[in-house]
Amino acid sequence: MSATRQATTDGPVGDDRPVVEAVNITKRFGSTLALSEAGIVVRRGETHALVGRNGAGKSTLVSILTGLHAADEGCVAFDGRPAPPLGDRDGWRRQVACVYQKSTIIPTLTVAENLFLNRHARGPGRLIRWSTLRRQAQELLAEWSVDVDVRQPASTLTVEQRQFVEIARALSFGARFIILDEPTAQLDGAGIQRLFTRIRDLRAQGVTFLFISHHLQEIYEICDQVTVFRDARHIVTAPVAELSRPALVAAMTGEDVSMPEAVHRPLSADVPVLLSVRDLVTASGAELSLEARAGEVVGIAGGGGSGKVEVAEAIVGLARPAGGTVTLDGRQLRAGSVPDALAAGVGLVPQDRHREGLVPLLSIAENVTMTVPHRVGRRGLISPARRDALARQTIADLAIKAAGPEVPVSDLSGGNQQKVVMGRALASDPKLLVLITPTAGVDVRSKQTLLGVVDEVRGRGTAVLVVSDELDDLRICDRVLVMFQGRVVREMAHGWSDNDLVAAMEGVDLHHV
Amino acid sequence: MSETLSTAASPPTAPPPSPPASPPSRTLAIARLRDLALVPAIIAVAIVGFIVNPVFLSSDNIINVLQSMSEIAIVVLAQTIVLITGKMDLSLESTFGLAPGIAAWLIIDPALTRGLGLDFLPSAWAVPVVLAVGALVGAFNGLLIVRFGLNGFIVTLGMLIVLRGLLTGISGGQTFFALPESMTYLGSASWFGVPASIWLSLLLFGGGIVVLGFTRAGRALYAIGGNVDAARAAGIRTDRVLWIALIVASMLAALAGLLMSGRLAAVPAAQGSGAIFQVFAAAVIGGVSLNGGKGTVFGAFTGVLLLFMIINVLTLAGVPAQWTNFLNGTVILVALVVSRITGGKAQT
Repeated sequence: MSATRQATTDGPVGDDRPVVEAVNITKRFGSTLALSEAGIVVRRGETHALVGRNGAGKSTLVSILTGLHAADEGCVAFDGRPAPPLGDRDGWRRQVACVYQKSTIIPTLTVAENLFLNRHARGPGRLIRWSTLRRQAQELLAEWSVDVDVRQPASTLTVEQRQFVEIARALSFGARFIILDEPTAQLDGAGIQRLFTRIRDLRAQGVTFLFISHHLQEIYEICDQVTVFRDARHIVTAPVAELSRPALVAAMTGEDVSMPEAVHRPLSADVPVLLSVRDLVTASGAELSLEARAGEVVGIAGGGGSGKVEVAEAIVGLARPAGGTVTLDGRQLRAGSVPDALAAGVGLVPQDRHREGLVPLLSIAENVTMTVPHRVGRRGLISPARRDALARQTIADLAIKAAGPEVPVSDLSGGNQQKVVMGRALASDPKLLVLITPTAGVDVRSKQTLLGVVDEVRGRGTAVLVVSDELDDLRICDRVLVMFQGRVVREMAHGWSDNDLVAAMEGVDLHHV
Repeated sequence: MSETLSTAASPPTAPPPSPPASPPSRTLAIARLRDLALVPAIIAVAIVGFIVNPVFLSSDNIINVLQSMSEIAIVVLAQTIVLITGKMDLSLESTFGLAPGIAAWLIIDPALTRGLGLDFLPSAWAVPVVLAVGALVGAFNGLLIVRFGLNGFIVTLGMLIVLRGLLTGISGGQTFFALPESMTYLGSASWFGVPASIWLSLLLFGGGIVVLGFTRAGRALYAIGGNVDAARAAGIRTDRVLWIALIVASMLAALAGLLMSGRLAAVPAAQGSGAIFQVFAAAVIGGVSLNGGKGTVFGAFTGVLLLFMIINVLTLAGVPAQWTNFLNGTVILVALVVSRITGGKAQT
């Protein structure tokens, strides 16, 4: 079987039957139209990007392509044959596999058992043979050169290892078409590169990928074809090389969107220094000293292990630093104290909105006003009217798509949730706004709004720290400090080139090699 | 102990591509170690017990401990099955009383027992009725928890009260006695000089170890408790497995109740009342996670064994009965701390 596969997978051209073809798919969930006569054709051996804003219908298409939902209308075909019936899970798994953002690994079981869940090797008496199972798992991972000990519990895997294990598991079912749903969202720069290397290797072995991402530069880096969805419809499919970046963004948003860049106004010399961080040393050993003036936007860039998040968390009091001081507007912040930082006027957008940013079941109003009870209270009691008024203001300012302030945050899309987190950071009229990876996992349009807000905030004299490795986030900064392995290695003034910054984050100096 | 712990911690640092012969045996050793976390504590209690009173290690006393724990141990086994799937079943303690209660109610002759009972079924039906009551209770729990998606804690709390009330209702709050031999046999018979209830509980635990450790159905319980969506994606019929787990657990509790009634030759209206706390404590001490997906049947067994050994030592030491509850609670807390120290990880 593998020999015939090999024969047909010599290259992207030469085989006319697409790996998957979905035609005229319509899908309704209750009253909402999730897909309207949309479709996609993925040819063998190509890496195909699927892009669109949150709510464009990407996830619905994925669930139809993987047989989790049936389409109301339209049909799906693999290799020119109609898709198996919905109940035939094994039939689907031989055709297609999806690595979701949400893990489909069971953390309490070993890697080996996860790989062969519900198809354990069995011996006499239909009892499981653990030694055979472990050996099979080792062979499988070795075959796809995934370097993971199969005996460790899956909970100890990194995000990257987990994805590789999930890809290997998908391949072991015989599927040679794999959907990656935002695989890079939780990876750092180096991890992304390793994933891309893996994708290229597998592509050479005849595996076809459908790649979903919010990061357009990744699509230009790794994909051959791109399909754009917008408002439940198929907009365009084109070779990546023929679609310019502005044209792609325009197809996604339906209008021309350009990312805000710092309107570079040099700050006059007499603007006072607002934030001063002296010899800050985090528990993990990262060091930082910086000064930021009122209205200045300072970027802190760096890869996964650079310590950028640790120093930011030390500045806002989420983590207790090992040494150093943080002074905001003449007031020295108590180390490791969030209440003190809030009182001094620090607003924070934390790294992981699900873990530290939001209480999902509470309303937008309650989430936005969580840090500022005094602004919505009267004699110690919270006034719902004031709270809702403040939340309505936030909803309008940040263009949050929601029916009203009483909507629970869990009902919002990722981009809008992030706007709520931003709204909460702004609710206290902060003197210092610290944004840690503020646009992770949000769509282009929300990204634009979120970054636009920064420009507005700086105009009011707030100092802003943008902690990110996302070039679009850093472009709005007046200057960028690049961290590598716990030290600031470069400071780049506005107008840096993408290559220089990326190289500096990877610890490479392009000018001195 | 410190030596065994350090070997347990070392494998991650060992080079992964080691010769193919050694890893399986070593993993097996580690898996056993994790299972044996309570064994040092059990040995320590045995030594203390022997010092307190040399009778402790006599075969009579050991049989006494094993028999006194055999019924509760079967309920712990039942609870372990449910906990591993990430659910919990509080109603087991009421099933423990109700199942033999209904059997006695249907079978015993009112003429002998001042009007209690119906004399409706021949006594041969005792065991089938007990098991059927268990299966029905489990199926009803499954209906509410699996089919209607209600919260398992609240559903089984409601069932705990309803079933206890049902038993009090049919018995008028009194104790069923004059049980037929078919009901007392399993709880009072001796096989090869050892009470049948000990054989039964050991047999059921052995079966549990094999099913949960070595069959796909058993591993499905762990998968569901660990990540139900992933289990479903792997082709496990999660709803069906949950139903079966709840039904099996209730049937085990019903059988345990029958053993208890057989041993006492009576079914008091309060049989099993309050036992569920001890059951949970034993399971958690034995390393079963309340969050699901973690724990082994053998671990649960060591948990019950440790609890009952400590209680036995206290009895031998002549601790006054008024203090028993205080000490029981303390024992649970101390056992948790001990398993935290020897197991190295917090129980959840």
